Amino acid sequence: MKSFLIPIRLTVVFILICSIVYPLLIGFAGKLAPGGGKGETVKVNGRVVGYANVGQKFTEDKYFQGRPSAVDYNAAGSGGSNKGPSNPDYLQTVQDRIDTILVHNSAVKKEDIPAEMVTASGSGLDPDLSPASAYLQVKRIAAVRGIAEEKVKALVSAQIQGPLLGMFGPSKVNVLRLNISLDEIK
Amino acid sequence: MNTELFGVIITFLLTVLLAMPLGKYITKVFKGEPAVTDFMHPLERLIFRVSGIDPAESMNWKQFLKAMLSINLLWFVYAYFVLLFQHKLPLNPDGNAGQAPDLAFNTAISFLVNCNLQHYSGETGVTYFTQLFVITFLQFVSAATGIAALVGVFNGLKEKTTNDLGNFWVIFTKSLTRILLPLSLAAAIVLAFNGTPAGFNGRDTITTLQGDTVQVARGPAAGMIAIKHLGTNGGGWFGANSAHPLENPNYFTNMFELVLQMLIPIAMIIAMGSYIKRKKLAWVIFGVMTIGMLCLLIPTMVTELNGNPAIAQMGVAQATGAMEGKEVRFGAAASAYWSIVTTIISTGSVNSMHDSSMPLSGLMQMLGMMINAFYGGCGVGLLNYLLYIIIAVFISGLMVGRTPEFMGHKVEAGEIKIASLVCLLSALLVKGGAALAAYMVTHHPEMALTVKPAAWLNNPSHHGFSEMLYEFTSASANNGSELEGLGDNNMFWNISTGIVLIMARFIPVIGPVAIIGILSNKKYIPGSAGTLRTDSLTFGAMTFAVIVIVNALSFFPALALGPIAEYLSLQ
Repeated sequence: MKSFLIPIRLTVVFILICSIVYPLLIGFAGKLAPGGGKGETVKVNGRVVGYANVGQKFTEDKYFQGRPSAVDYNAAGSGGSNKGPSNPDYLQTVQDRIDTILVHNSAVKKEDIPAEMVTASGSGLDPDLSPASAYLQVKRIAAVRGIAEEKVKALVSAQIQGPLLGMFGPSKVNVLRLNISLDEIK
Repeated sequence: MNTELFGVIITFLLTVLLAMPLGKYITKVFKGEPAVTDFMHPLERLIFRVSGIDPAESMNWKQFLKAMLSINLLWFVYAYFVLLFQHKLPLNPDGNAGQAPDLAFNTAISFLVNCNLQHYSGETGVTYFTQLFVITFLQFVSAATGIAALVGVFNGLKEKTTNDLGNFWVIFTKSLTRILLPLSLAAAIVLAFNGTPAGFNGRDTITTLQGDTVQVARGPAAGMIAIKHLGTNGGGWFGANSAHPLENPNYFTNMFELVLQMLIPIAMIIAMGSYIKRKKLAWVIFGVMTIGMLCLLIPTMVTELNGNPAIAQMGVAQATGAMEGKEVRFGAAASAYWSIVTTIISTGSVNSMHDSSMPLSGLMQMLGMMINAFYGGCGVGLLNYLLYIIIAVFISGLMVGRTPEFMGHKVEAGEIKIASLVCLLSALLVKGGAALAAYMVTHHPEMALTVKPAAWLNNPSHHGFSEMLYEFTSASANNGSELEGLGDNNMFWNISTGIVLIMARFIPVIGPVAIIGILSNKKYIPGSAGTLRTDSLTFGAMTFAVIVIVNALSFFPALALGPIAEYLSLQ
């Protein structure tokens, strides 16, 4: 008689546990985490200039530029280009990006350009560059800012984060942190 | 490069290493032996009392399935209406709208069946309320449903002759209180401490270093990301899923999320060995599945690390591999590994955009979903593998001229019919669906849908066909990953994949449970010298051959038109 009530009652019980108790517990634990569970922000002179893990747009020549983004670094959304590897329009876009880099970095040769500088990331919010992509831009930035190339190069080297525990995964450079340290040079 | 490969190998080894004790623990929990989580007893007793469940009641396979299906139907109705009216409900700091009826239909089913195909984007298509009360809730209970179905099958296999598969309500509840909830809680806290948001704050507005104003989407994501992997669900909080830097902030979380998603599928194989006391069978199954995974993984890794030949022609350096749709912090190797893991075990979360994978990788990803039994989803992967075993038993029986037997029970016409029909079902759904979609694109390109068929595809030619084929493959495998370029939020895709989802979830669960229910009811025949041993390496190889033949016959023509043709065109 009352067996048809079992699914209803059990559902209510687990909504209570999975949708209320569970996220609240994690919410409280998150308050103890870096960034207080709201995402870790980066400040310059007390002003929040971005999220440490969320990439942002740099278009000016005086800054290190991140990877191409299919969503133009709009962090209210996210996503990749979803272009297939043989799509002719896409390959044209890649060619255009190569040309743009060559225009803005007169000292750079085509075979020095790493693939990640001319391909869009999966999230459209990739906060990182590979070390090679950062070094690629050193000459331009040194010239625009009028500082010694060696100084900019040293800055990049200092910002490289090696593989996890020195053993797992690729090396990377956080673009936002790199640019902040660049601004700090007098 | 070497650190990238090393990272992948260690991630896999860690998964197996952690799955072994977990598998033994799962056996203890469902056999009712003392376990470390026995402090949950009072809570479980309370749940049973409040819900009116008699934990001592046993169920035959029909009662077991009836209980499972009735509660699933209830969840569907609940989820559908909450999604429809989400804009009128609380916890909507970003002011997102309610879902259209066809989208709500698709979303409710998709999460109900553990698929997590998402025709909306997480930042705008759902509210914090529906993320928690629909999405997260269904991610928990659909995974528990899968585990419960498998444990029911274990119960049928454990005894010589029985019609008792255990009590569905009890197994379901314990899957949550003993496995999914405690593990998710711990995993979510690890993610929160690595930078995944856990608070209820809405979008943040910031001014960037360069001076642009940007909004950053946030929310209580950590809990959902934990269960989305542990329960092989895969639906992301953010649109870009685990490629999103808040959903998967660094290489450590990437390894962690990879371990989480493969943990329970492998643990269930180990649990099977100790639960039904057939350790050798379990290890043979694990071996076949691992070889299967490597056959898909190695070509994918090689092709992704080699980069895109079309871009190589432009003369740039591809030292990091094919980077379109990938993140620098993971690299090509870990992205290739993830793309195979997520497709073979039906998670469907992504840390790179599969639409931009190389054609050979796309082929392997689709094969992983078509086979859907190399480890497979939470509970259901082993059920799918069981179907292949039944077919292998039948074919071997014919070859040696004996009545086929499985675990001391005669396998007769009825069981073979069920197994064959379920195996053929996915071929029908995938190819039928893709053919219908291709027909729409070529013959009705201007049809008045929200997105007209002419605008569905984000890529021309073979790759465009792959986008449609992949969508139905993913729906039929209850996987949930997509080639996201496809314009899928419209009536055609929402309804067609919704129907495929329901059929492809429940028929492959009902089938094996029914087969084992029928088998275990039959007279037990003790093994003799003439019995075909299902735990031998020979039989493992036989099952592997059956898997290859069945899937090659079913899918080769369709794959030839999509990824294989694209691969050849790029050479």
